[in-house]
Amino acid sequence: MIIRQLSVFLANETGRMRELVKILGDAKVNITALSIAETADYGIVRMIADDTEKGLKVLRDAGFSAKTTEVLQVETKDEPGALSGVLGKLADEGINVEYIYGHSGHGLSHVIMRVSDPERASGLLRDYLSGG
Amino acid sequence: MIWNKTKECMSRDEMHKLQGRRLQTTVRRVYHNVPFYRAKMQELGVEPGDVRGIEDIVKLPFTTKQDLRDNYPFGLSPISSSEYVRVHASSGTTGKPTAVPHSRKDLEVFSECVARALCCTGATKDDVVQVAYGYGLFTGGLGLHDGATKLGATVIPVSAGNTRNQITMLQDFGSTVLACTPSYALFIAEALAEAGVDPSTLPLRVGVFGAEPWSAEMRAKIEEKLKIQAYDIYGLSEIMGPGISDSCQFQDGLHIAEDHFYPEILSPDTLEPVSPGVTGELTFTHLTKEAMPLLRYRTRDLTSLNYKPCPCGRTNVRMARVMGRSDDMLIIRGVNVFPSQIESVLMEIPEAKPYYMIIVDRKGALDTLEIQVEVDDKYFSDEIAQMDSIRGKIKHRLDNALRIGVIVSLVEHKTLQRSEGKAKRVTDRRKI
Repeated sequence: MIIRQLSVFLANETGRMRELVKILGDAKVNITALSIAETADYGIVRMIADDTEKGLKVLRDAGFSAKTTEVLQVETKDEPGALSGVLGKLADEGINVEYIYGHSGHGLSHVIMRVSDPERASGLLRDYLSGG
Repeated sequence: MIWNKTKECMSRDEMHKLQGRRLQTTVRRVYHNVPFYRAKMQELGVEPGDVRGIEDIVKLPFTTKQDLRDNYPFGLSPISSSEYVRVHASSGTTGKPTAVPHSRKDLEVFSECVARALCCTGATKDDVVQVAYGYGLFTGGLGLHDGATKLGATVIPVSAGNTRNQITMLQDFGSTVLACTPSYALFIAEALAEAGVDPSTLPLRVGVFGAEPWSAEMRAKIEEKLKIQAYDIYGLSEIMGPGISDSCQFQDGLHIAEDHFYPEILSPDTLEPVSPGVTGELTFTHLTKEAMPLLRYRTRDLTSLNYKPCPCGRTNVRMARVMGRSDDMLIIRGVNVFPSQIESVLMEIPEAKPYYMIIVDRKGALDTLEIQVEVDDKYFSDEIAQMDSIRGKIKHRLDNALRIGVIVSLVEHKTLQRSEGKAKRVTDRRKI
């Protein structure tokens, strides 16, 4: 399904990430998944939170460059080859994956993906995962 | 409206005669009353009688900022300090401050020149002038204050800073003219946008901006964001302050109050005067100053002069927009780089905010030029590839404009300095 991800532009500086998560923590916004893409001078933090709108607001109020992005969240079985099947389906349909992160436990994997066509990918994977 | 038609629309010939007479008086006064100038002139073998007209100015010695420091605070003054009615001082960013005393007549000239400048922008006694230059030792605040008062306009002496307050004044007092540094004008524009105030609903129509070099592109950006006409006002505290020159509605150079300040352009290499239109270092000689008249003061500002009459009717000489200071110029791998060039490029890239920081360093034997840029929030992407293509675009444009390779770093928005006075944009870490 399509969900909203919180994306934040962050200076690559000691303590900056701590400030970010502290603001979310103080606002009682829980982070359920997290990934950082980093370059020499900055990073882009991508998060799934339980209250995206509130997270966006408190971060912006604190001066962070933040926005929300549509990403795809899929749930697969926690077993070898499950992700390969999902990505194979998207590749066959010409849908590009910009980035991907995930976590697993309790027999299930949660995969978060930024794809070139979220609507179509979401439909395809719903059919694929319920069928197989 | 032209504030002082007699002086601003004189024939070139009359102006030369007036300048010649005033120079003779000034030279006599400093020769007889300022030991520094007497010694300098004796060294050059020049006596007051050798100055017969304005063309003889080339015989006179130069004055530098160092001379002001060496004679700090009032060693260059030919009059008794009891004649001073005010003292201004420069910010002293590059060492000890320099002090500049003013007599009552000096302040009359100051406010006269600022009134001329405000008239150049089309302002009249019916205007409300919000003075958001700093008040204090800096000449911007009190200079604009006195000039706008002389014009008969309503002055809002809010000073620099407290941007929320600036917005309230703009809204509640109906300010029509905003006077501040160009970087602060941009900051106010940004704050207006954040507060959700549409500038086109404000009575504000004119900006009088100066005290730091700014590009034509920055002017366009400020005009667009604040929905105003922006004018350049030039000055330096050693000579007077804002109002030495100012742009008119034709925006083709700044009209110099040359009946008070005689401008010359010198070749930075030979210190010989250059032909009209050629860029070089601007010097000023005081023609009427009482409390501290300076001869051929080297401003370090780089510009050129245009003696053609302006379509606005003024005949006084115009100086081109200052492109930078000879001491702001960075030499990177043998190439001359001016911060104003970098600013011009950034102004044309919508993804980049108009704030930047230049960091010069030396890695081994190689100079590096890093330019930190804020990415406009609208263009922030969660994809590194997108951000990298913004960085690539900025780098490509800068490389082409400066003709050297630069390092572009993207930084978080609102982290680079927004200045309320003069912005500091360069950090040189080279140890030479």
